[in-house]
Amino acid sequence: MPGTRRQRSGRRWDLPTVLTYLALLVGAIFAGFPVLWMLVSSVKSNTEIFASPPTLLPETFTIEAYTHIFGDAEKMRFFFNSYLVAGAVTLLTLLVAILGGYTFSRHSFRFKKPLSLFIISTQTVPPITLLIPYFGIVVAFGLYDTYLALILTYMVFTLPYAILMMTGYFNTLPRELDEAVLMDGGSSFTALWRVIVPVSIPGIVATGVYTFLLAWNEFLFALTLTKSMDMRTVPIGIQLLMGQHAYEWNEMMAMSVLGSLPILVLYLCVQRYFLSGMTAGSLKD
Amino acid sequence: MSVVGHDRVLADSAKGTAFQRLVSYRTRRLLAPYLYLAPTLALLLVLMLFPMAVVLYYATLDNVIMNRSPVFVGLANFKAIFLDETFRISIGNTLYFTTMSVVFHLGLGLGFALLLDSRRINPIVRAVFRVIYILPWLFTAVIIAIVWRLLLDPSGVVNAVLVTLGITDTNIEWFSSSDTAIHALTFVNIWAGYPLFMVSLLAGLQGVPDSLYEAASIDGANEFQKLRYITIPHLMPIIVSIALLDFIWTMQVFPLVWLTTGGGPIHATEMISTYTYKLAFTRYEFSLASASAVVMLLFSLVGAFFYLRYQKVRD
Repeated sequence: MPGTRRQRSGRRWDLPTVLTYLALLVGAIFAGFPVLWMLVSSVKSNTEIFASPPTLLPETFTIEAYTHIFGDAEKMRFFFNSYLVAGAVTLLTLLVAILGGYTFSRHSFRFKKPLSLFIISTQTVPPITLLIPYFGIVVAFGLYDTYLALILTYMVFTLPYAILMMTGYFNTLPRELDEAVLMDGGSSFTALWRVIVPVSIPGIVATGVYTFLLAWNEFLFALTLTKSMDMRTVPIGIQLLMGQHAYEWNEMMAMSVLGSLPILVLYLCVQRYFLSGMTAGSLKD
Repeated sequence: MSVVGHDRVLADSAKGTAFQRLVSYRTRRLLAPYLYLAPTLALLLVLMLFPMAVVLYYATLDNVIMNRSPVFVGLANFKAIFLDETFRISIGNTLYFTTMSVVFHLGLGLGFALLLDSRRINPIVRAVFRVIYILPWLFTAVIIAIVWRLLLDPSGVVNAVLVTLGITDTNIEWFSSSDTAIHALTFVNIWAGYPLFMVSLLAGLQGVPDSLYEAASIDGANEFQKLRYITIPHLMPIIVSIALLDFIWTMQVFPLVWLTTGGGPIHATEMISTYTYKLAFTRYEFSLASASAVVMLLFSLVGAFFYLRYQKVRD
C-alpha cells in the first residue's frame, strides 16, 4: 500500500523532515499524555497525585489501588457484568448481522433500497429519544434491572453498524463462491454458513470488535435501566466510585485502566482488519 | 475450505431440508431476503419504530408514567419547553459545542492523517504514532471524563504546567467556572473525537493516485498546491460524510457532559441531552422530556436527511 509512494533512498534530515517529526511529537503528546497520566496516577499513592510540583514518575510506586479492586467483590462484579453483557450483545449481533448483511449483499428484492436507507438512518437516532419509552417498556415487561434489558437495547445500536460492516465485507467476496453452491443444488443458507462465513472471518472479527467496543462503553442505558449494584457495568461502576469516595483518585485511575484494557488489547490484536472493516462499513453502504 | 467440506455441503443439500420440500423454489426465492432480515426487522420494529411512536405520543399528553390518567394536550409541551429559557440556552450551548467540535475534529483529523501519511517518516515510527494518535477513540466517555477531571483539577497537572510557564498565576477552575466550563468541555470532546476523521481520511489518502502528485511535481506545483488541488478534492466525499455524521453524533453527547459538569455551573454547559435527561429522571416530567427528546430527534433527522442525500448524489 503506502510503501510504493515512499522511496527509502532519498531520505535526508532536511528541514521539512525535522518539522514533520516535531509536529508528530507535539501531536503525540496531545493525544497520549492524558492516557500516560492515567497510567502513572494509578500506581501512585493517593497523596502523591496532587503533589506540587507534579511528579511524572511516581516517587513511591504502589499497586495498592489494583489490589484493592481485585479484592473487592462488588467491583469485580462490575467487570463480570460488562463482559457478560458485551459478550452476549456481540454474539447475538453478529448472528443477526451475518444474515442481514448477506441478504443485502447477495439478494435483490423489492424493498431493498428503502430498508437499507432505514437501517442507515437508524444510526442517527439519539439514544436519549429512545430512553424515555425504553424506560416505560422495560418496566412494563418486568425487565427493569436485568441483563436482558441491556442486551436488547444495546443491540438496537450495534446492529445497524454491524449489518453495514458485514454487507461491506460480503461485497468484497466474489459471487462465484456462493454461485458454485447454488449450482450444485444447495440453498443460499448453505452457501452462507458453509462457504461465505468461513472466508469472512476477518470481517466478522472486525465487526465483532466494534460491537464489543460499543457495548462495553455504553453509559446512558446502563445508568437508567439498571438499579442494583449486582447489575451495574464498569462505566457505571467508575461513575459510582466518583461519587462515593471523591478522593480515591488512584483507585479511580486503576479502575479506568482496567476498564480500557479489554478494548485496547482487542484493538491492537485486530487493528488491521478493524480499520479496513470500519471504512468498508461506514463509507460504502 | 477443504475438499471434504465441499462434499459434505453437496450431500446435505441433496437431501433438502423439510422447509425446502414444503415450499416451492420460487416462493423460497421471494421470501428468502425477508426471512434473513426477519430478526433485524423484528428488533428494529419493537425497539426503534415503536418507541419513536411512543415518545411522540407521550409528548402530546399532560404527563405520563407518574400520572394514571393522562390527558391529551396537543403541542402544549413543545410550547412550554420553547418558552423555557434553559431549553433555549441548551440549544445554544449544543450548537456551539457541536460546531467547534466538528471543525476541530476535521482540522486535527486531517492534520494528523497527513502527518502519518507523510513519506518523510520511517514506517515503524508511523505504526507507533498511529496507535498513539488513535488512543482517545478507544476510551469510553466515563473514563475520558474522569481522566480529564483529574488533569483539569484546580490543583491538577494542567494548571501546574500553565503556572510554571507563566501563562497564568492562579489555578483556573476549568469545569466549575461558568466562564471556562463550556470551553474546557469542548476541548475535551475535541481530544476525544478527532480519531474518527483521522482514520477515515488516512484510508482515503491511500486512494489518491500517485500519478497525480507526480504530474503536479512536473508542472512545478509546491506542496501546498498539491494539498489544495489534489488531496483535498479527493478527500471531499469523506470529509462531508464524516462531518455530517460527527455533527449528528456530537449533538447527542450525554455521558461526557453528565460526568464532568452535569450541565452546570448554572446551565453554562447545559445541552439538549442533559436538559432532557434532567426533565425525565430528576424532575419526572416525562411528557416535557418527551417533547424535548422529539426536538432532538428532529434535529438528528434533518442531519440524517442531508447525509442520505449526499450519499445518493455520490452514487
